[in-house]
Amino acid sequence: MKIVVAVKQVPDTATQVKIGADSKGIDPAGITWIVSPYDEFAVEEALRVKEKRGDGEVVVVTLGPERAKEALRTCLAMGADRAIHLNDPAWEAADSLAVSRALAAVIRQEGPQLVFFGRQAIDDDMGAVSTQVAEFLGWPCASWIMEETVAADASSVRVARQVEGGLEIFDIPLPCVLSAQKGLNEPRYPTLKGIMGAKKKEIRDVKAADLGLGADGPRLSVVALEGLPPRPPGRILSGEPAAAAKELVRSLREDAKAI
Amino acid sequence: MAGAFWCIVEDDRAGRPKKVTAELLGEATRLARQSGGHVEAVWLADKASEDGLKQLGEWGAVRVWLLEDAALAPFRSEVWTPAVAELAGKEAPQAIFGAVTSRQRELLARLAARLGVGLAADSVAFRVEDGKLIATRPVYAGKLLSKITWAKPPWLATLRPNVFKAEEPKAGAVPAVERPSVAIVPSRMTLVERKEEVATGLPELTEADVVVSGGRGLKGPENFVILEELAKVIGAAVGASRAAVDAGWRPHRFQIGQTGRTISPKLYMGFGISGAIQHLAGMRTSKIIVAVNKDPEAPIFKIADYGIVGDLFEVAPLLTQEFKRLLEK
Ligand SMILES: Cc1cc2nc3c(=O)[nH]c(=O)nc-3n(C[C@H](O)[C@H](O)[C@H](O)COP(=O)(O)OP(=O)(O)OC[C@H]3O[C@@H](n4cnc5c(N)ncnc54)[C@H](O)[C@@H]3O)c2cc1C
Ligand SMILES: Nc1ncnc2c1ncn2[C@@H]1O[C@H](COP(=O)(O)O)[C@@H](O)[C@H]1O
Repeated sequence: MKIVVAVKQVPDTATQVKIGADSKGIDPAGITWIVSPYDEFAVEEALRVKEKRGDGEVVVVTLGPERAKEALRTCLAMGADRAIHLNDPAWEAADSLAVSRALAAVIRQEGPQLVFFGRQAIDDDMGAVSTQVAEFLGWPCASWIMEETVAADASSVRVARQVEGGLEIFDIPLPCVLSAQKGLNEPRYPTLKGIMGAKKKEIRDVKAADLGLGADGPRLSVVALEGLPPRPPGRILSGEPAAAAKELVRSLREDAKAI
Repeated sequence: MAGAFWCIVEDDRAGRPKKVTAELLGEATRLARQSGGHVEAVWLADKASEDGLKQLGEWGAVRVWLLEDAALAPFRSEVWTPAVAELAGKEAPQAIFGAVTSRQRELLARLAARLGVGLAADSVAFRVEDGKLIATRPVYAGKLLSKITWAKPPWLATLRPNVFKAEEPKAGAVPAVERPSVAIVPSRMTLVERKEEVATGLPELTEADVVVSGGRGLKGPENFVILEELAKVIGAAVGASRAAVDAGWRPHRFQIGQTGRTISPKLYMGFGISGAIQHLAGMRTSKIIVAVNKDPEAPIFKIADYGIVGDLFEVAPLLTQEFKRLLEK
């Protein structure tokens, strides 16, 4: 069976992000880029499905600038078979909807049975793209999945979705779209052999015109990117633990009115 | 820009709207007041209740669009989306607000794609300026705030629970209840079962007003009892850092942070948590932050409103005692 995984390249979580000169985006200088952590769960799960079935193909796809090829190479080194890079200046300012439309178009061309996404990309933290792709494709979808089992005849998948207060187990006919939540698996690290092998694997560049996508104005625009307002300085309660505990409880009640 | 601000009702799956719905209606009421619009609720349920409808009126909805159909439960976005989209096509609301919950985050994303409009997911503030709505949302793990606006209505957004205030309930306010006829499409997904979490007697993490949270400093799963005792006294939920979750001390659903849950309680109390940036991503919009850590240099003290430098095994039981004394009065 053919599986597509959508991955996004994002700044490393520990990187300090600085606001760029236009106050609308970040300053790319000095940033370390990684595969968004939830997308690693997605890649891992796709590889496991293929390994368990003993056949199939895992195709990773990203939309992003030239540097995003690094993210694709990481996934190829993990074990994905080939990669597609939606790489066109036309997508420079793409919002979630434009990204979703492009991903849906390439997925339609590939015709997989299963598509994995991350729960959210940890740069814009939107958590929308997987569901929007499902809508454009007209497929069922389930987000924040914690477990997944493809039926032996590849006609459906059983998933556990994390919801408030528990899990919901659903049977979904294929093709469908799933988004990975932490807990689904433990992603593997690329091995040296994997990294060497990845160099020979295909990364195909795709332009907007190849997908028959015309110009499409953004639906959202950034007014400004801002730093966090400073928090008022905190109070360290020192002294004997018993006295500190007493004072904390009093402050929470009388000053902060939090209890 | 007079028009309707729609709020999708989040209910308890038993016909009662949840608190977060009051928060949505409260924020929509303030925005509608500034812009000359009005507030309506949209309730999709297999079974609503009279009390629930009344409640929505008291929380500020002048009209409730009620879509009641057995096929709407369990939630499946592929069923809810075309129903809301059809209604939106007829009624042309100015805005559609949902809550950041497992159901509505999926519903609003699909709806945005279907209507071809923008979605501001996980918003924490709004402002009306020159007839436009501007949403504020945390990005890059909450390290920055992005202010965004829509090219055209309806303005779709999801609102982070516990951030927005409900209005003072208007006793006796009765909403107009409309039961529009819209197509309910069949679903391809079938629910096999719902696995409820073992009841802890404590509130749900994302809904709790107070959260007590433990990290690697707890040293082992057995010690979470110390935090549970404190939590019981003050009606708190118990959360954990990733270090505690990855060590297998707590199930993943209790993880707070970038790869866990996002919470905004009135009070967050962290014990033996260093305050890594990925942990802060999940709790930095808490109103009051308390940290107990034996290391005075722990980064969590930088964002804490109150801190105690000390041994949690000593401090936490003392706090439990003090709270007990206070609350028994
Ligand atoms: C991609 C990515 C995603 C991540 N997502 C998350 C996430 O969602 N949530 C999350 O929490 N982390 C996340 N992390 C991990 C994060 O970077 C930290 O490793 C983690 O938060 C540390 O947990 P901790 O504070 O419990 O442990 P530590 O950093 O080890 O801190 C333990 C603290 O306990 C204190 N302590 C020890 N004993 C005592 C005592 N007796 N009394 C008082 N204090 C004591 C110590 O002084 C120390 O400050 C993520 C990391 C990455 C790379
Ligand atoms: N530019 C992109 N290229 C490929 N996949 C993406 C892109 N943006 C988002 N995704 C996928 O959609 C998921 C959700 O992203 P988001 O809605 O932006 O939070 C991510 O975890 C990825 O799997």
